[in-house]
Amino acid sequence: MSAEDVGIIGTGIYPFGRHPDVTGLQMAVAAARAALADAGVSWPEIDFAAGGSDAAGNADTSVAMLGLTGVPFVNVRNGCATGGSALTVAHAMLRAGSADLALVVGFDKHPPGAFNPEPEDWGLGRWYGETGLMLTTQFFAMKIQRYMSEHGISTATLAEVAAKAFRNGALNPNAWRRRSLTAQEILASKMVNHPLTQFMFCSPGEGATALVLARGARLRGSARPPVLLRSVALRTRSFGSFEVFSPSIALESGPSPTTVAAAAAFEAAGIGPADVDIAQVQDTESGAEVMHLAETGLCQHGEQEKLITSGATEIGGRLPVNTDGGCLANGEPIGASGLRQVHEVVLQLRGEAGERQVPGRPRVGFTHVYGAPGVSACAVLSR
Amino acid sequence: MNGDSVTPITEGLFTVAGGLVRLIGSQCARCGTVAFPRQFSCPKCTSVEVSERLLARRGTLWSWTIQCFPPKSPPYAADDPGAFEPYGVGYVELPGEVRVEARLTEADPGRLRIGMPMELTLVPAPSGEARGAVTYAFRPMTEEEQSER
Repeated sequence: MSAEDVGIIGTGIYPFGRHPDVTGLQMAVAAARAALADAGVSWPEIDFAAGGSDAAGNADTSVAMLGLTGVPFVNVRNGCATGGSALTVAHAMLRAGSADLALVVGFDKHPPGAFNPEPEDWGLGRWYGETGLMLTTQFFAMKIQRYMSEHGISTATLAEVAAKAFRNGALNPNAWRRRSLTAQEILASKMVNHPLTQFMFCSPGEGATALVLARGARLRGSARPPVLLRSVALRTRSFGSFEVFSPSIALESGPSPTTVAAAAAFEAAGIGPADVDIAQVQDTESGAEVMHLAETGLCQHGEQEKLITSGATEIGGRLPVNTDGGCLANGEPIGASGLRQVHEVVLQLRGEAGERQVPGRPRVGFTHVYGAPGVSACAVLSR
Repeated sequence: MNGDSVTPITEGLFTVAGGLVRLIGSQCARCGTVAFPRQFSCPKCTSVEVSERLLARRGTLWSWTIQCFPPKSPPYAADDPGAFEPYGVGYVELPGEVRVEARLTEADPGRLRIGMPMELTLVPAPSGEARGAVTYAFRPMTEEEQSER
């Protein structure tokens, strides 16, 4: 371990699902306390904090419940990359030596049904929403529809991805959807946006995740086996990429924010995609997992069908993907999702993932989030 | 629906002249990049030398989906979710210009395929019958129209 290393020494989660009597901030505080307890650190020792939610309030309000220590606390609101962005900020503060112990927290609480963003918040005219074009589900459907025609991915594979998610979710006590579904049940569920059916989509939900990060002596002396945060990279869209909420897209194709963020994360870590033992990628719907596997460099475009049907992405496979059930089984509380992925990698690298533990002592983990209007955050972790 | 006296859902999105609807996009004077709706700077080269350009009326379907559930209102402008009918949505590639996202007049997945020729048209905007407004959409071209090309 070098002096510059940053690691995760504590992790905590508030179960994902529906909690009618609990506020988003209460979930955030519960997750933060769990992470602090896991790390063996007290709140007053934390000298930097960052976090956020999309729809459940300001993260720094949690100090009223955690304790008024005067800690510098940065609120982050960056769509699906909220957790990844908070992690980026904390990682940078620790690397700069501006803090020794940081808390990162993400949480959310969304009503049932698809998200209904306001066009004006995304730089679009009112007409875009009024005429029924402002739906994230449409984007994912049209992206995978095009991708399937270009790269030979079948609808059966989309169902297999969802079936895997629910199988993994059934093994995760903190997941929302804990019932296994067969590929047939998934294909037969209600059509939402062709070619994607109801059970191929995640649902907006509720939950919270928190992490304690450390550097220097606090990392070396940590009570728990530290997991090193080797890199974090956050990117917005480049010209020519196909993104959510785009009234038009260029003819010229450019790399997606996922592609650019993943490449940057791997380069900064000095670790390549081939070294990854376990990955969590954004699976807003089944197709997203398929496309993101290739965009992150974890496989080649068109290779997914073989990879998935051969079982390589299962918990016992060569490259286990979304071992906690992903967004499909956990739902999507926007602010919490990115940190849930990191939480899962930490448990897996520690060997504490219980029934869903990946065999063979995984050493390198990777996380990826993607969201509107074209933002991605990736992290590389190792033990 | 192609009369010159229609009420557009919003100004500056499309124009109707001589019975033909045209989308109002923009083009960068420096690098030629075309965008829709009209932009005032270039998303590719950052130039602000961008001017209005009326886009081609015909293109090919680049990708599509069917919106099978009623979007939430707001922002969707439907006043009766019970009367919801699924609608097609797609990106139509206008050759040499840009791919435009639009409602499609076709909502039968069996009648949509990537690469099929499409033409711009106008349809009643959601709640259009109440408001009388129209919006742009693309429709599959007939075989006769295709043979005219």
